[in-house]
Amino acid sequence: MRILHHAKPAPVGGPLLNAVTLTAGILVAIMAAILVVRFFYGLGSVTNLNDGYPWGIWIVVDVMIGSAFACGGFSVAMLVYIFNKGEYHPLVRPALLASLFGYTLAGAAVIVDLGRWWNVWNMYWPWSANPNSVMFEVAICITLYILVMWIEFAPTFFEKLGMNAAKRRLSKIMFIIIALGTLLPMMHQSSLGTLWVVLGSQVHPLWQTPVVPLLFLLTAIIIGYAVVLFESCVASAAYRRSIEMHLLTPLAKVMLGLVAVYIAVRFADLIWRGALGLAFGMTLEAVMFWFEMACFIGVFLVIGSEVQRRNPARLFVGGIIIMLGGALLRINGFLIGYDTGGGYQYFPSLTEVLVTVGMFAIEVIGYIVITRRFPVLPREEAHA
Amino acid sequence: MKSRREFLKRAVTGAAIVGAGATASGAVLARETHKVPPGGLGLLYDATLCVGCKACVAACKEANGNPPEFNTVDQLWDTPLDTSGYSFNIIKMYRNGTMETKDAEKNGYAFMKTSCLHCADPSCVSACPVSAMIKNPVTGIVTYNPDKCIGCRYCVAACPFGIPKYQYDDPLGRIGKCELCVHRHKDGHYSACAEVCPTGATLFGKTSDLLAEARRRLALKPGEITTYPRGRLGDAAAPNVNWRVEPDQTYEGAVGNYQQHIYGETEYGGTQVLKLSGVPFEKVGMPKLPPYSSAAMSETIQHTLYGGLIMPVAVLGALAWIAKRNVKPEAEEENES
Repeated sequence: MRILHHAKPAPVGGPLLNAVTLTAGILVAIMAAILVVRFFYGLGSVTNLNDGYPWGIWIVVDVMIGSAFACGGFSVAMLVYIFNKGEYHPLVRPALLASLFGYTLAGAAVIVDLGRWWNVWNMYWPWSANPNSVMFEVAICITLYILVMWIEFAPTFFEKLGMNAAKRRLSKIMFIIIALGTLLPMMHQSSLGTLWVVLGSQVHPLWQTPVVPLLFLLTAIIIGYAVVLFESCVASAAYRRSIEMHLLTPLAKVMLGLVAVYIAVRFADLIWRGALGLAFGMTLEAVMFWFEMACFIGVFLVIGSEVQRRNPARLFVGGIIIMLGGALLRINGFLIGYDTGGGYQYFPSLTEVLVTVGMFAIEVIGYIVITRRFPVLPREEAHA
Repeated sequence: MKSRREFLKRAVTGAAIVGAGATASGAVLARETHKVPPGGLGLLYDATLCVGCKACVAACKEANGNPPEFNTVDQLWDTPLDTSGYSFNIIKMYRNGTMETKDAEKNGYAFMKTSCLHCADPSCVSACPVSAMIKNPVTGIVTYNPDKCIGCRYCVAACPFGIPKYQYDDPLGRIGKCELCVHRHKDGHYSACAEVCPTGATLFGKTSDLLAEARRRLALKPGEITTYPRGRLGDAAAPNVNWRVEPDQTYEGAVGNYQQHIYGETEYGGTQVLKLSGVPFEKVGMPKLPPYSSAAMSETIQHTLYGGLIMPVAVLGALAWIAKRNVKPEAEEENES
């Protein structure tokens, strides 16, 4: 790694109780109340799930999209440690923190959605394992990755608690943890897409493809960078800190390079399978396909030029557009483009939405508490 | 600029290596759709014999201890509109125009049984992460174990026939689907739906026997008189099962006006439940499916990438090697900064 002089991470400080954490707290309380009903009266009591749409937003948004939005840590760590881009090092900790929360909550969200959650230990019971199941792979990988991320993030707690010996010992094997922290998300983020391969012709040909693992992997990495752009802007605005534009501008360029690769792969696959024609019909699927692709193509209009990438507001919007595009890919494949043919309908209920909102609210509270009290964000130079 | 070029070069090389590895091993490992086991048990449903009495629906409810489902105002009769977590077998009706002729597509009506087809290569079994849904290697019956099931409903999503269903109204909800009454086999009873069918429209037996019977019927001339068995066809031997002795229930009847198509013979790589119909199958709610199972494609991808953990371990080794060069242990970092 090139020798670089970065500001050391330091706690931001400030009050933990404010308008944001209070609002988020209320949303979490509402979620808790809804979940009590769910656990006493069944999934049907608070969701609009049915046998035509057995997976709703708790899976597609909280887990699929939630974990993709939590790819910042993986994407940035890969850039820094694998592609040796040491200059991005200050972005690693905050990105990793968001990932840690994103994944831990995605894991929690799965439990809430499981109809027979008390049997979940079977997932880790060798006599129940089904290595043919894509979901088995996803579950094992995500569980391991959550553990790996807590270890990756442990130095932050060691610093706060003054456990220097432990920190030094951990740093000796950190390269293995980092390698695992890169491999595991590559495995399960791609497999989250492979999940719909077994659904066969029930998934619309605009999304049903054998290359879906590659599409999910690429978008997960891309979303990872988009989330860092988004989050850095929000953290700077909320904590009144300067924005690390010298890092975000080139990071946005890396992201755009991958977006270009993604668009090429996406269209090459559609043409190769002869499915592109379906994008030009007057169907809901076609319209949603173009909404999805418009995000990946449109981002070049927002931050395509170097001048545009020096504008924090544009990076913020660019980040949001990519996050939306990645979210749409997942919603389109699992919900809009999914049809069992039985005339079933699904639109999430208010209570379903409130639980999803509550899950994200926990993330916001956690991020605020930890950045204010633990050394995560780079220390601000005393400003005038 | 130079570093960016290098970055892209590395990224492309890495992707190419992984891609090439996946393609090479994929060509070797691609798995075929499984076939129906030789001793596979199933049903033959002949829509031209079905009179729509729904005795099979009632018998199925009783055999599986399922409660009635009400969809009419008076709530007097069990009236499921589709299979559900509490209804594993229903008879659906096709209606067209004046509904004058049975089994006619135009101005006619027809019946169709909806229940698990016990696929040769079931998606639900491939999807289930905890082996709660398994296919018996001898009888081929796809069974469900609620003590393993985590309620993820991947089987519900995966099945191309929309068969496994979940009980959303119950905090302890289970997946419900036909298991060919495997729990009654030890008492010498076979599938309740076939046992009670008054016309032999639903027959129980070995899939190979049922297929031969279906072919026999399709070879006959419509209107011709032939014999129809009822209940159980042939020996249908299953391990540790002695079927109850029943009187001969064979009867004579006229041959229906069949579509020359045995549904389930090739659909999705073959199913152990076969169907005959006078009306095209798509019109009576049976989906048009390719002659292979999506489970084969899904497992091919899964095992190409993760088979024997070869790829993950190789990639992990490469990543660890690179990371070791790029990450300095704590002490050095302290000195530098």
